[in-house]
Order: sequence, then C-alpha cells, then structure tokens
Amino acid sequence: MIVQETKPIETIREMLKDVKKIFLVGCGDCATVCEAGGPDDLKRMEEALKGEGIEVTGTVIPDTSCHIPDVKSQMKKHAAEVEAADAIGVMSCGAGVQTLGTLYEEMPVFPINNALFLGNTERFGQHVEFCSACGECRIDKLGAICPITRCYKGILNGPCGGVNDGMCEIGNDTPCAWVLAYERLEKQGRLDNLKDTSPPKRWSAHLKPMRHLNPTLKKKMEEKEAKRKAKEAKKAE
Amino acid sequence: MKKTLKEAFEAGEFAITGECGPPKGTEIDQMLHHAEGMLGYVHGINVTDNQSSVMRIGSLPVCRLLKEMGHDPVFQITGRDRNRLAIQSDLLGAEVLGINNVLCLTGDGVQAGDHKDAKPVFDLESVQILRTVEALNGGKDLAGNEMKGSTSLFPGAVVTPESRPIEPQLMKFEKKIKAGAKFFQTQAVYDAENFKDFMKFARQYDVKIMAGLVLLTSAGMANYMNKFVPGVMVPRNLIDRMKEAGKEKAIDTGIDIMCEFINETKDLCDGVHIMAIGKEELVPEIVKRAGLA
Repeated sequence: MIVQETKPIETIREMLKDVKKIFLVGCGDCATVCEAGGPDDLKRMEEALKGEGIEVTGTVIPDTSCHIPDVKSQMKKHAAEVEAADAIGVMSCGAGVQTLGTLYEEMPVFPINNALFLGNTERFGQHVEFCSACGECRIDKLGAICPITRCYKGILNGPCGGVNDGMCEIGNDTPCAWVLAYERLEKQGRLDNLKDTSPPKRWSAHLKPMRHLNPTLKKKMEEKEAKRKAKEAKKAE
Repeated sequence: MKKTLKEAFEAGEFAITGECGPPKGTEIDQMLHHAEGMLGYVHGINVTDNQSSVMRIGSLPVCRLLKEMGHDPVFQITGRDRNRLAIQSDLLGAEVLGINNVLCLTGDGVQAGDHKDAKPVFDLESVQILRTVEALNGGKDLAGNEMKGSTSLFPGAVVTPESRPIEPQLMKFEKKIKAGAKFFQTQAVYDAENFKDFMKFARQYDVKIMAGLVLLTSAGMANYMNKFVPGVMVPRNLIDRMKEAGKEKAIDTGIDIMCEFINETKDLCDGVHIMAIGKEELVPEIVKRAGLA
C-alpha cells in the first residue's frame, strides 16, 4: 500500500489561494486505509475548505485512483460538478493526482495528500516500510528482510559500525535490518547464507520511469501486431 | 624519516597513525601546523572524509598537501557522498597524486551532519569499495572495462570490536578481508580485555590490526561518546578517573589512560591509530609517553 497523509491545512491554504470552487477526488484503496481519502476524510476536508472560503462542487471516491480507465468512467458521472469547479483536488497518492492531471489537462489539479512510502501495515493505523520496489528482489538469502529498504544506508554486506545494541544509528526505534536478518537466519540454521559478498546493486533494474506489461496483455499485443503484419504482407502480395 | 605505513607493517614495526580532520572553510593553517607537528612521530596520517557528515574540504586534496609535507597520508573514502563512478574516479585520482593508502568506509548517515536534507548516496558500501580498489589495482574498473594504467593502492578498513551484537560485525570483518583489506583501524576501544578477545579472533587472519584510540579530554566527553557514538564504550572506571582528575589534569589523565592501553595491548596488535580529535598537537607527546618514539 502507498502510505500517505493529508497535507497540513497551512500548506493547502497556500496551494489553493487562487481557488474558489473545487471538485474533490478521494481513493477507495490506500488513501482510505490511511484515513486520508475515504468518505469521512473527504467530508472533513470539505468542512476545512469551507472555512477557507472554498466551495466543494462535488466529490467522488474511485475504487483505486491510480486506475486511469476506471477513474475516467467514474468521472463521467460527475461532469457537471467538475464543470462548475475551477480546480480538482485529489486526496490520494501522487499516482492518483496524476491520473486526474492526465484526464483533465485544461484544469489545475492539486495534491491534497503527501505520499510517504510503500508500506506494510503492522496494526490498524501503523505502517512501516519494508519494500522499495527496486526491481530486483534479492532477499532470498537474507531471511526475507530487505536491507535496501530497512537499512538506512541500504547496504548489502552486513551491518555498518553505527549499529547500537541491535538498533540503527538513525534512531526512531528502528532495529538494524542486518541484526534482524542475522537472528532470523540463525533460527533457520542458514547463517552460511551471509558468507557470500554481495556485488553492488544493479540499479538499472529500476530505471525511472518504469513501464510494465502483464504477460497476458503482452501476448495479446504481440498477436495483434503479428496479425497486422500478416495483413500488410498479404496486401503487398 | 619514518617508514611509510606499509613499510612499517612489512618491517614488523609497531605502526602509528594520527588523524587530521579537514576544516570547514579554506583556512587550513592550523590543520597543517598540527600535521607538521606529527612529522617523525607517525607512519601515516588519516584524512577524514566529511567526518560526521559535516561538509568540509575534501580528503583527497588535503592528503596531497600532507604528502608534500612529507607525510604518508591515509585517504579515507566513504560511500555516503559518491556513487560508483565518483568513487573510482577519486581512487584513480589518489593514485596519480601519489596517495597510496586508502581506508574504505561506508560513511555516517547524513542525518548526523550539517546538511540533513542532502540525498545520501551509499551506492557502494565498505566491502564493495574494497572490491573496487581490488579491481582498479588489477587494471580493470568495476564494470570490467580495461583501463589505461592501474592503481597500486594499499586498502584498509575499519572494524568495531565493541559493537553489540558482535557476530554480524565479525562476519562483516571477514568479508572485508575477503574483499582485500590489508589493514584495519578499529573504532575507538577502551576496554583492553574486550580488545584482547577481539584480537584472539582477528589473529586467524593475515591482516594488520591497529587499535583505534580516541583521547579522552573530560568525563563529559566520555559520557557523550557512550551516549551518542555507536560502537564506542568507555568503561565506568575511566569516566570516574577523568572526573577525579578535574579540569586541570584532565588532558594529562586522558593521555595516561591512552598510554596504559597501548602498553597493555602493544604485544597483541600491530599498531595504534591515535585520534586526538581537536588536540592533534598532543600526538607527539602521546607517542613519547607511550614509549613509542
């Protein structure tokens, strides 16, 4: 999940200083879980904006705001409310904000939330970062603990000298990922896993901006292309 | 003329290194003055790399200045501020500037320093930097490309014998040896018994170990290190001694403590790395009082 939080009202005030009427978009997925894009959160934002002299012309909460075709079809039902607004405010991560930016190129679209990280939920309302989506998962040998993400320095060959009684030098009650991995592998009798030296990480596995096709779609597109070529070849004959 | 660090190791001499922290800003007279005072007392002199993540003059140009003065500098290089291109580029630079020793470190986090919003790099960490030195010494870069001319750098690393738990640290120590580290300077150590235990482990390997010693200047400083410097543990009895010494005898007592440690461990290790942070002018006296001059 993309962990996120609503920006402070001072930031929103400054950002929306030229806006009188706004249409609000939430997100039924991550933003809702983070209490930053569900029905209650949009209502709260509507009240707050009223206090700033901004009228909300309408709201919608797509299932997932990063799903461009789905958001497009949901927004169709709110055409008049969007028409009545001079801006769109999006209560989701930056992916959702950019969905709306893509769909409404002639309107200003504002991010109401700050996206923080790709998170796991430890308990309701408490999230931690375990994965950086770096494109090359190598935690098979590390007791399923990712040091790229869970070590402040993202280092691949064991703890740095900053580890203090098993805790990271950065503080925040963060355990050292390498101590965690060591202890877990010790329980599994797999400490030998740690003997090999890791080469530098292949950052090219994550070249921004990434694109991904799922295999089914890929096959479909290849078939379509093959058909087109066959047709062209036939035409040429 | 003292031998170079490498020559001292090769001759089986007890090696001594000092340390210089480049200043923030361009006024280097005091630092050079301190370094000059150490001439003839140390085999090598470390130059820190933006120590504690505080922005200062780069280690490499300062190493060159010390070299011109007659020192054998130890170029400290961290992965904090450089990606793999910059690291290799600086290592090649060290070679052509006549800097032979390179101490390979991961580096402190930037949150500890004076540019807390900087983007930390950490593309390579200590073990991988050691591997990089190995590759460049072999005439190839990290990507496997042939180079025109290779390096002949003498790679060193750091180990933290007081870290708890110790096992993951020792595992990393072994990796550093496998990656080509020829000598180690430890993080500050104060407990001779703990250090002896570490040396028992370390002696399985054919590497040189120098005990890292930080001069205690007050009880407050010792308490501060215990609280804020990970991997450093100043025993209670030493803090009490510093307290009893009072302001006037504090430095003297700090030197005594350091000399006692040196005497007790001299036969076990290959040298000492003296960090007299801010009091570098005392290094010659320390060396004399420890009976090493």
